[in-house]
Amino acid sequence: MSNIVNCQQLTKKFSTKTALDHMDLHLGRGKIIGLLGPNGSGKTTLIKLLAGLLTPTEGTININGKPIGAYTKSIVSYLPDQNYFADWMTVKNIFDMFEDFYKDFNRNKALRMCQSLGIDEKMKIKTMSKGTKEKVQLILVMSRDAQLYLLDEPIAGVDPAARDYILTTIINNYNENGTVLISTHLISDIERILDEVIFIKDGIILRHETIDDIKEKEGKSIDAVFREQFRMQPYPNNTRDDFSTSSTYHLNETEEAENDR
Amino acid sequence: MKWILNDNIPIWPQLKEQIMRAIISGEYPSGSSFPTVRQLAEEAGVNRNTMQRALSELETDGLLATNRTAGRTVTSDMTLICKTKKQLAQSTINNYFKEMETLGFTKDEALSIIINKESE
Repeated sequence: MSNIVNCQQLTKKFSTKTALDHMDLHLGRGKIIGLLGPNGSGKTTLIKLLAGLLTPTEGTININGKPIGAYTKSIVSYLPDQNYFADWMTVKNIFDMFEDFYKDFNRNKALRMCQSLGIDEKMKIKTMSKGTKEKVQLILVMSRDAQLYLLDEPIAGVDPAARDYILTTIINNYNENGTVLISTHLISDIERILDEVIFIKDGIILRHETIDDIKEKEGKSIDAVFREQFRMQPYPNNTRDDFSTSSTYHLNETEEAENDR
Repeated sequence: MKWILNDNIPIWPQLKEQIMRAIISGEYPSGSSFPTVRQLAEEAGVNRNTMQRALSELETDGLLATNRTAGRTVTSDMTLICKTKKQLAQSTINNYFKEMETLGFTKDEALSIIINKESE
């Protein structure tokens, strides 16, 4: 079977910043793939390009053999890294909207998942906790019978028990021939459900390998491999001079935090 | 079934070994029907492909059989189960000697410790 995603020389520039730099990316079918990289490495940019929310500066993207457009959007299920529903909406409103937008939305499935979490259809977004909002969004995204699921930070804001729920929901509900691309920083939480990982930094793919290959070669968890690959020199160092800089820095930080309030 | 997984090494061989142990111990009795990939993957919290790989390996070894109508079943070949039991015992013994070696015991010393333990 051919790849679900093929990107060639994919580049995205934001004025002076190059977010993705001539990236060649090929994703197979029926896989759960982790997209891992430090902050600002280009993960969200890549996902937004695949979802069709950004247009490339250079290069091409093909999903299921077609360029980005109405067709690819109909087979891609995208979970943004933030809540995009209006506060006044109820779960029912959102279900109606998804039913209108997506032919492959399975309302019964979404309803059953909400019930199992004790979320009522009449509940308003406004009254939900951050974790509940994230769960509702994930339920919506996983209730579509899509070919490609793009999940941007699906477990960032929730407690460990809810994380387990979300991960189980992902493993149990993706379409068997579909591929799931998950970006996250919480590597140790998700590494068991992954088939492959992509490490990206400064818009370039550093490695794209199967989990088993990495573990066999390095005898380490993906989390440990990531920490090694992206280890940074801490600043300031422990010399006296730098120490004083560090305390001023902290002072500024608290000041900033207070200004925010 | 309880799964204990180490994230530093590939997952599927660990799944395979733990299922082998469950079959030998009779948790999944010989000839009985076996849960689906989906159920097991959810239980262990792993990817379906990973679980599938472990089960395929067990099928190749003959411990599991796929039947078109009845799904997957545990083998009813008791000699195979006994053989597997002996293999696992062998690897447990090898691990014991290896571990004792790192503690500075020779093979003979390790052996005599075991014999004395038995007669206690």
